[in-house]
Amino acid sequence: MLTIASLKKGQRAIIKEFSIDVVPLKLLEMGCLPGNEIALVQTAPFQDPLYLNINGSHLAIRKETAAQIEIELIP
Amino acid sequence: MAKQINVALIGNPNTGKTSVFNRLTGLNQKVGNYPGITVEKKQGTCTLSRSLKAHIIDLPGTYSLNASSLDENVVIELLLNKNDKDFPDVAIVVSEIENLKRNLLLFTQIKDLGIPTILAVNMADRMERKAISLDVERLEQKLETKIALISSRKNTGFDTLKELITNHATISTKPCLNASAIAPEYFDRLRKVFPNQDLYKLWLVITQDVNFGKLERKELQGVASFKTESESTLKRLQQKETIARYQFINGVLKETLTIDTANAKDLRSRLDRVLIHKVWGYFIFFGILLLMFQAIFDWSSYPMDFIDSTFASLSEWMKTTLPPGDFTNLIAEGIIPGLGGIVIFIPQIAFLFFFISILEESGYMSRVVFLMDRIMRRFGLSGKSVVPLVSGTACAIPAIMATRNIENWKERLITILVTPFTTCSARLPVYLIIIALVIPEGRVLGIFSYQGLTLMFLYLLGFGAAIFSAYLLDKILKIKTKTFFVVEMPNYKLPMPKNVLITVIEKTKSFVLGAGKIILAISIILWVLASYGPGDFNKAEAIVTQENVTNNLSEEELETKIASFKLENSYIGILGKAIEPAVRPLGYDWKIGIALISSFAAREVFVGTLATIYSVGSEDEKTIKNRMAAEVNPVLGTPLFNFASGISLLLFYAFAMQCMSTLAVVKKETNSWKWPMWQLFAMSAIAYVVALGAYQLLK
Ligand SMILES: Nc1nc2c(ncn2[C@@H]2O[C@H](COP(=O)(O)OP(=O)(O)O)[C@@H](O)[C@H]2O)c(=O)[nH]1
Ligand SMILES: [Mg+2]
Repeated sequence: MLTIASLKKGQRAIIKEFSIDVVPLKLLEMGCLPGNEIALVQTAPFQDPLYLNINGSHLAIRKETAAQIEIELIP
Repeated sequence: MAKQINVALIGNPNTGKTSVFNRLTGLNQKVGNYPGITVEKKQGTCTLSRSLKAHIIDLPGTYSLNASSLDENVVIELLLNKNDKDFPDVAIVVSEIENLKRNLLLFTQIKDLGIPTILAVNMADRMERKAISLDVERLEQKLETKIALISSRKNTGFDTLKELITNHATISTKPCLNASAIAPEYFDRLRKVFPNQDLYKLWLVITQDVNFGKLERKELQGVASFKTESESTLKRLQQKETIARYQFINGVLKETLTIDTANAKDLRSRLDRVLIHKVWGYFIFFGILLLMFQAIFDWSSYPMDFIDSTFASLSEWMKTTLPPGDFTNLIAEGIIPGLGGIVIFIPQIAFLFFFISILEESGYMSRVVFLMDRIMRRFGLSGKSVVPLVSGTACAIPAIMATRNIENWKERLITILVTPFTTCSARLPVYLIIIALVIPEGRVLGIFSYQGLTLMFLYLLGFGAAIFSAYLLDKILKIKTKTFFVVEMPNYKLPMPKNVLITVIEKTKSFVLGAGKIILAISIILWVLASYGPGDFNKAEAIVTQENVTNNLSEEELETKIASFKLENSYIGILGKAIEPAVRPLGYDWKIGIALISSFAAREVFVGTLATIYSVGSEDEKTIKNRMAAEVNPVLGTPLFNFASGISLLLFYAFAMQCMSTLAVVKKETNSWKWPMWQLFAMSAIAYVVALGAYQLLK
């Protein structure tokens, strides 16, 4: 399963469905919605947290959350 | 009297609410706390016309009305409670041109509550550089509202905004989203039970875990039964709602907002490349820390010396001008030094908040959080705990105030509880004199002096104790918080001087008024305890003169002897004798006992108290040091300050919670005496045990 946690720097992807039970609503409200485009801007040292660009808004989340969100790479 | 209307500023964090607030109110503002919690409540007034005034509230930043922190609860509790005296006549949703889409989510929710809502699109000054254009009129039609395109930086658009506030009655309150479309059956059922209630409002009451104590409870009786739907069903509905809102917003913005993405290489990516670089990122961060320390230690020492001497001469002047007596002494020796003890912290606090507000305003703080989060998380802290821990080496008071931007209550509480372990500047004089007394002068490998290494070890010990106890507290404290972490990485911006200035003034004021009162009270109590005593105390002069008739002392020597006799027989001296059995196993005598007691007001009084007790006229450390070196242990007959008792004392000061001001601030920030008392007992117990162990091992 490909998730945000396995995204590499510079790659772009589309957010697929994810389970609302494990992903906080807050993240949705900040623009992390199924169908939106996502790119990894940078990872912090020790590969955690992840600095993301989701449809133009920039946020950082911890890896454990990122691993819950499925994506599909844009070729 | 002019008519007054309530205006609430609402918006996502970092959209410029506070800047807009500062523009509208100037220094016409006051900051307090919401009752029962330490969320800041900023209020101010703005004169709209001769007959109309606006009472403006700067609400905490929130991404939506689905609250997940105390700050956000405040927003929704206010908006759902029509009877609140601050309930807004009109809401201004402050949004930011570059994140308009996300900002509009909150806008649609607030409009759906039926409150007249103005949309203020801030940071218009950035539109040109970012090649953004917005069709304001079209957007007004689509959202059925009024819009002001403003820039708090350039001070444009505020006339329009004020006009819109004045004419708020004309704004449509039609909802953006038909709430029942989310789940028709569910909402039909709701409508049947509560025919007179607004559906969206009901929906919020059902899904939120906030305290609706003030809400019209009776009217909403039975609402709880709708919670019985499983939590994940409700959450799924919330997800649906969010998606529906975004669909609406996307549709609206498609026709009104255009962004030319051609100039992609912006300031953000260029600065990020350096500031959060795996190596340079840390270098730069530590460089900035160094600069902050320099300012807090060095630069503020000038104003602090000035304040110190001013208050000393003021107290001297009072003594000579006022008629002698208890009242004069209380003013000159109790109240004025007490006030001085408050004012002296102002330079450090001001410098600290100056730096912090610049780092925050510029957008750099989020980068530090990003860099440090992984490391801090191992210890139950958050990336956001770094600033308080570091500032704690100057003074725990501003450091604890700086924990306010940690949203997660558990992480914030742990940070508040462990920060006093870091070596604050008040411990330094104590460390220096004891190290000079008991640590030999030699060097390791001819380079590092034992004394310097000891001092460094004590600093590391402070950090170590903070981190380690954070780790333990993380395991012990059972506080239910969502451990979820998300940081917005805002654009880099040049800080606005007005915002920085207002932050510095306002934090300093809140310290002086809040903790200040308690410091003042404690120092008056200490003064009373040291200046009065039963029995022999009142015959001190006669007794001491009698004892020394044959010794041929100079007047000055006699006076210092009287002072020391008085102290010994004052209430505080009696207290010192009373606790002697408790401190003897640590290698101390009753005099150190007194110094320990008075150190509970503030550590730095240790040296001063010993100076009085050992009847040294001046506080010059050399002479105190000589006197201390000559003190003899009453039981063993050996020097009182030897390696064992010295180390024991150093360790005691390293761990003990000996600062009333810190306790006062912790009380203020946690809004309960529970946590400062916890801190006091736990830290003092650790200090006692460690000091005891060290003395018994080394003696
Ligand atoms: N360029 C620009 N920056 C602004 C404007 N208004 C505020 N800012 C900056 O945006 C950041 C966040 O502002 P602040 O008022 O603290 O936002 P709040 O979190 O919503 O209270 C600060 O760095 C401000 O200097 C504006 O009109 N233009
Ligand atoms: Mg603000």
